Amino acid sequence: MRIPLLRQHSVLPGFGLAMGWTLFCLAVVVLIPLSGLFFKTATMTGEAFWQTISSPRVINAYKISFGIAFAAALINAFFGLIVAWILVRYTFPFKRIVDAAVDLPFALPTAVAGIALATLYAPQGWLGKPLAELGIKVAFTPLGILLALVFVGLPFVVRTVQPILEDLEKDVEEVAASLGASRRQIFCRVLLPQIFPALLTGFAMSFARALGEYGSVIFIAGNLPNVSEIIPLLITIKLEQYDYTGATALAVVMLLASFVLLLLINILQKWSSRQ
Amino acid sequence: MEILVQNINKRFKEFVALDDVSLPIKSGELIALLGPSGSGKTTLLRIIAGLEFADSGTIILNGKDANQQSVKERNVGFVFQHYALFRHMSVFENVAFGLRVRPKETRPSKAIIREKVMNLLQMVHLEMFHDRYPSQLSGGQRQRVALARALAVEPTVLLLDEPFGALDAKVRKELRHWMRKLHDDMNITSIFVTHDQEEAMEVSDRLVVMSNGRIEQVGTPADVYHTPANSFVYDFLGNYNEFAGVKDEDGVVHLTEVDVEKSASTTEKSGWLHRHPEIEKIMAKIAPSKTLDHAESLPAAEIVAPKQLVGQKVTLFARPHEMIVTKTPDANEYIIAKVMHINPAGPLVKIDLERLNGRPLQAEIPKNVLDDLNIKKFDTVFVRPKETKLFE
Repeated sequence: MRIPLLRQHSVLPGFGLAMGWTLFCLAVVVLIPLSGLFFKTATMTGEAFWQTISSPRVINAYKISFGIAFAAALINAFFGLIVAWILVRYTFPFKRIVDAAVDLPFALPTAVAGIALATLYAPQGWLGKPLAELGIKVAFTPLGILLALVFVGLPFVVRTVQPILEDLEKDVEEVAASLGASRRQIFCRVLLPQIFPALLTGFAMSFARALGEYGSVIFIAGNLPNVSEIIPLLITIKLEQYDYTGATALAVVMLLASFVLLLLINILQKWSSRQ
Repeated sequence: MEILVQNINKRFKEFVALDDVSLPIKSGELIALLGPSGSGKTTLLRIIAGLEFADSGTIILNGKDANQQSVKERNVGFVFQHYALFRHMSVFENVAFGLRVRPKETRPSKAIIREKVMNLLQMVHLEMFHDRYPSQLSGGQRQRVALARALAVEPTVLLLDEPFGALDAKVRKELRHWMRKLHDDMNITSIFVTHDQEEAMEVSDRLVVMSNGRIEQVGTPADVYHTPANSFVYDFLGNYNEFAGVKDEDGVVHLTEVDVEKSASTTEKSGWLHRHPEIEKIMAKIAPSKTLDHAESLPAAEIVAPKQLVGQKVTLFARPHEMIVTKTPDANEYIIAKVMHINPAGPLVKIDLERLNGRPLQAEIPKNVLDDLNIKKFDTVFVRPKETKLFE
């Protein structure tokens, strides 16, 4: 029997060996644990569920979690792009070391990062003290959460944008310059549209990471209810009180919301890369 | 626009890309910069465009010193070998780019941009493709878009860096004729870089042959081809055969194929008819009616004598089409060679020969001459250059 190397797929999916194996792995690793979450939540009554997820403290925690994660991802998209740009376009001493250091937030246990940041920015810390004199409080405020989330999310943007920047053709910029475009026009009209899909991916990954972040945040956040309390922490608190269904209820809402947001970003990215 | 290139020097670290290059270009000319890779031709083009800056020397565009002008201010159209199209823009947007990025005061209205772009697309025969993206076009079409885009800003100079280098042979030929026509219609000064001598010969008004950062020769295609300035230019413009010779004390050059440094025994292997000891046997085999006397009817003095071996060693060149191939040698001196391959495709039949000393020779003769000669593979033939060139 002759089998072409790249087979045309049949209209009905899921029957090939490769497809079946992929779905099996996905199910074991992702789908089964997540559906367990839904089943556990389903043991609640509708009213109890609604009460759990709509209490003011929970609502505020959602606002803090999503709001600050979004802000952190935005900051990361901006500075990550700059860091990637500098790593690709410039040569400077110890560039390789700086390049490697970008990955540190990936590798560092996030609790270590949280403790380090908290110590640094505490009112008596090296940076916290001068900032406090200026009237800026970082540790134990939402600003501290933002700082921690920016820290853990930065490498996602840098590492997704960097290869795209490396692949950009020099010719294209030169041609734009010869056609009379200024540096700003070249960046906005020629480079940015090419980088944008990767930048969105980096943004989405950084956002997703920030939503689920726990370790680094709890040390610097201060964890004041309604002010600097994040959803992952609320879930942990519920678990410590043996309120398992309450914890899963929060988790389900978080999961669905994240899923919808990531889906939207994905669609946006597809759309922008087709342009 | 008139372009004056004056004493340009450019180094990339240790590598000397351009070494004191000067070149005046008249308005309306189509100039080809020809040379092997690394000869500095692309660097020169980029310096004229303002994409690169010279270490010393001046570029004068239309009487004005352009050294202080950026690429943006020079008003040149630049076309790259790999098109450098904006992938995320349609063909229309690509061509319109140069007009859209103008400052508000000089930017034409939308309607005028539209009209202009469509006119340009019509000129490059791509008006049907205005809403396609570059990835949906063939190589030749992409290069035409790149040309239209460069022309949209009405440049006074068009600079093309190996514009047809990435295209296949047939499209290359079409496009270069079309480019020549475009150049004549547009009343523009054009400079294009190429390493293809045929392309440079066919299209340009004048060509500039470069090697190792220096200009070897500037001239019309006919000048450069028929009176090459040196062996490099001769070598670069086509295939050739090389013969060793010696100059005797009177300054007369003899095609001897004697290797001066080596002993006289190599002479015997050279296959130069007059010196070959086995000539009688060969003659008897190939042309029984001919005698050695016939072949050696030159005065004895012209035969290489020992005194000439101490003379100056020279190298002579001849193009394949300047070779005479025969089976029956006459009074002239001939080289004995074996036919290794015959390629009858094309207007001239290409014959690969091997001399008795193992060196290859190439000859190109008309088809009817070949038929008359009735040569087959592995036949032994007699070859002689009609004319040779000597560079001193």
